[in-house]
Amino acid sequence: MKKRSAAQEERLPLEKEVVQLHINGQTHALRLEPNRLLLEALREDLRLTGTKCGCDDSSCGACTVLVNGQPQMSCLMLAASYQDAEIITIEGVADGSELDPLQRGFMVEGGAQCGFCTPGMILTAKYLLASNPSPTDQEMSDALSGNLCRCTGYTQIFTSVRKAIELMREREPHEVRS
Amino acid sequence: MGTTLTTESPIGARVPMIDSEGKVTGKGLYTDDLALPGTLVGKILHSPHAHARIVAIDTSEAVRLPGVKAVATGRETPVKYGILPIGHDETIFATDKVRYVGDNVAAVAAETAEIAEQALRLIRVDYEILPAWFDPEKSMQADENLIHAEKPHNIEKDYHHHFGDVEKGFGEADYIREDRFVCAEVTHAALEPHSTLAQYDAEAGEITVWSSTQVPYYLMLTLASTLQMPQEKVRVIKPLVGGGFGGKSEVIPLELAAAVLARKAGQPVKITYTREEVFYAHRGRPFQIVELKTGVTRDGRLTAVQARIIQDGGAYCSYGVVTILYSGQLLNAMYEIPNVKFDGYRVLTNKPACGAMRGHGTVNTRFGFEQQLNRIASVLGIDPVEIRRRNLLKAPCITVNGLRVLSYGLPECIDKVRERSGWHEKYGKRPYGKGIGIAGSHYVSGAANSIVRSDMPHSTVNLTVDGDGIVTIFTGASEIGQGSDTLHVQVVAAELGIELDRVKIVAADTARTPIDIGSYSSRVTFMAGNAAMAAARHAKNQILAAAARKMATSPENLVIEGGRVMCSDDRRLAMSFADAARLALNGDGELHATGSYRPPAEAQGGKFKGAGVGPSPAYSYCAQTAEVTVDPETGQVTVDRLIAAHDCGKAINPICVEGQVIGSVWMGLGQAVQEEMTWRNGRLMNPGLLEYRSASTLESPLIEPIIVESNDPEGPFGAKEAGEGSLAATIPAVSHAIYDAVGVWIDTLPITPEKILKAIEEKKVSEARS
Repeated sequence: MKKRSAAQEERLPLEKEVVQLHINGQTHALRLEPNRLLLEALREDLRLTGTKCGCDDSSCGACTVLVNGQPQMSCLMLAASYQDAEIITIEGVADGSELDPLQRGFMVEGGAQCGFCTPGMILTAKYLLASNPSPTDQEMSDALSGNLCRCTGYTQIFTSVRKAIELMREREPHEVRS
Repeated sequence: MGTTLTTESPIGARVPMIDSEGKVTGKGLYTDDLALPGTLVGKILHSPHAHARIVAIDTSEAVRLPGVKAVATGRETPVKYGILPIGHDETIFATDKVRYVGDNVAAVAAETAEIAEQALRLIRVDYEILPAWFDPEKSMQADENLIHAEKPHNIEKDYHHHFGDVEKGFGEADYIREDRFVCAEVTHAALEPHSTLAQYDAEAGEITVWSSTQVPYYLMLTLASTLQMPQEKVRVIKPLVGGGFGGKSEVIPLELAAAVLARKAGQPVKITYTREEVFYAHRGRPFQIVELKTGVTRDGRLTAVQARIIQDGGAYCSYGVVTILYSGQLLNAMYEIPNVKFDGYRVLTNKPACGAMRGHGTVNTRFGFEQQLNRIASVLGIDPVEIRRRNLLKAPCITVNGLRVLSYGLPECIDKVRERSGWHEKYGKRPYGKGIGIAGSHYVSGAANSIVRSDMPHSTVNLTVDGDGIVTIFTGASEIGQGSDTLHVQVVAAELGIELDRVKIVAADTARTPIDIGSYSSRVTFMAGNAAMAAARHAKNQILAAAARKMATSPENLVIEGGRVMCSDDRRLAMSFADAARLALNGDGELHATGSYRPPAEAQGGKFKGAGVGPSPAYSYCAQTAEVTVDPETGQVTVDRLIAAHDCGKAINPICVEGQVIGSVWMGLGQAVQEEMTWRNGRLMNPGLLEYRSASTLESPLIEPIIVESNDPEGPFGAKEAGEGSLAATIPAVSHAIYDAVGVWIDTLPITPEKILKAIEEKKVSEARS
């Protein structure tokens, strides 16, 4: 019998296991390999393709999702390790047909040109505004520094986030913030 | 949210891009988001060698691997292709030789990515390694081991232009300066990696390809020629594209590989590049040497410019012939230069091919020219703003090399940035370590001569109006994030006098949309915009004629505003647009109109060899100031402020124009201070976004755009280019500001802290000596 090549030996298919993921308020039971990335589970198994893959190696932030409210890059996360987490993707940001102020801000201020960084950018900004509703430019810059964009030079992204803050204030007129 | 405008013209309105909701909700689909039942994963085997002969390829083991559905090599598809008709030097997979690390050797389609990768490892390729060329100045001396046998000395193309008489011009000069500028190679790095999905219908003999392309029409033509299929059996659809910047403006190997595999496997195949593959696919801005000799009179008037330019084009022609021509031809059309000589060499080396990148061909030459002009101003003691004013064109005019300039907003751009920046209070007056600089740039609004020389219009737009007064635009132009679709809707709505909501668009599907040559060379607003306007005008004429009959008046007395057709002298005499449209249908289901755009003969340039590249129906103009802080201890540059005035003719959508200007400036800043592709023996040392140092928010200053509107006489509503022209000015403006801050000129890009520190040290040594 012909000897198996090294290449054939190195990749035996891994056994699939049932993995439960809580995404955008829904629970999904999937049969996944233990090395399945959350990014792959979202895009390929659940067809939630709003989460983008821009670099494969955590350089760009396009695959950012919120994990228990914190922005994390789904290209670095094994899906099976996040069964207890509440995950929010870009598809879960709008409230039904009512767009989130950040989404509206990005639309009206040109924060999305090609749009490929936009889902990750909006989710990171969502975390920022949830923890700091009136960020300074420097705080905004620090918060968004892991999300790369090649179109906007970030200027219109900043304007978009500022617009979202304005829209949020309009929506909650009685809430006084410094 | 003001997306709906009623009576106000949509021209000049800050209209959110019509596809932006899909982008902010994640519902918008890019190529890699698409899936068809039974889609296989395609992977490409790339060459590990920079230059080698392929002795044999054995795919038998890969073919036998369970889960593998197709394996393709070059033998089956030997037809050559290339974006330029004179540069057909690529095949889908290498047939005889590989010419760069990353060259395409074979491809596999399999049920999973893991199986496809495993299959690639099972393909055995015997290579005979050949000596490789990496340095363009050495490569152009080569007599043997040529990269392409038919290209002596590895020179893809050389051009030698002489307009006026430079010797006479230098004779009239009071001061002559010679400098050598060296610009590193940079790449687009659009955030969306290239992706292609192909589906073959064996019974019909038809193939459908969804791809991240800026040029669906050229892709369709190339698929037809390389797959040897009739054009009408090839359909290309462009989904959302996650950025192009020129990197998707020609056929990229994965697009053909996916199609070959899909046909062979009889199943859909998708290939999406890894980020590393994107870097190796490249087609970016070449490494370029600019040797410039410029003569001026005592008061700073240009008398002659002589340029010798060498571009390292990589292993294939790509857009190279056009790139080298732009680098010389667009020395002109900025300032009045009576005598110009240009020697340009596009050289082949064993690296990935360079191609078109934002500001195509003009950027590095513009850096050299503007930097040299600033150096001249400094030596002669003339204010850098003033030296530019003294050399302005007297537009309208035709330059010595035959470029027709009509609208010319450069003077206003210079004034605007001078005022806004407080130039006269700052230049030469800031404390050591702080500086301000200025530079200008320009760019074409599309090429007046298309790549494929023919009399065909460059853009055609069809539209239909149905009995409800709903207008549908059909255009081949490609939305790549710049606002192409939105522009079409605004132009058509404005011309028809109706609300934006009544206008729908079908774009970039070669089976459904008319021919448009693509989104590159900043041609869409001007050319597709003009075609859209013409189509709308034809529809409007039919509608007004029908309404006039009904209203017993003549069409000249009618206007359409806010969706109502009205008599201009008695506005009570009116009907809705839908009613008028229904009358115009005259019993037919739909009203059809078509419009096209072809640049006028007067804009097509001279008759000399190479005259076809450079001419454009209109040029954009830009002036910028940059303010920087340089830490003299570390050489670190912080850009504090960038002001960019851009003459776009007319801002049809200011959000998009500002976004394009800011994005161009930002990309120019990246090239100025940090981006560089670093090669070692044909291998890229930094094939990742962090390693390539694409700037994050932390390195990105807020950029202030200023829109200047010169109202071009031939542009749609006066509009012209906005997407590229601003890039080139940023580099010399930042460099100038560094000089103003610490007194050193850096003539090589990128301007890194190391180079600044070294120059400061050398300056100290030379000052101590004297």
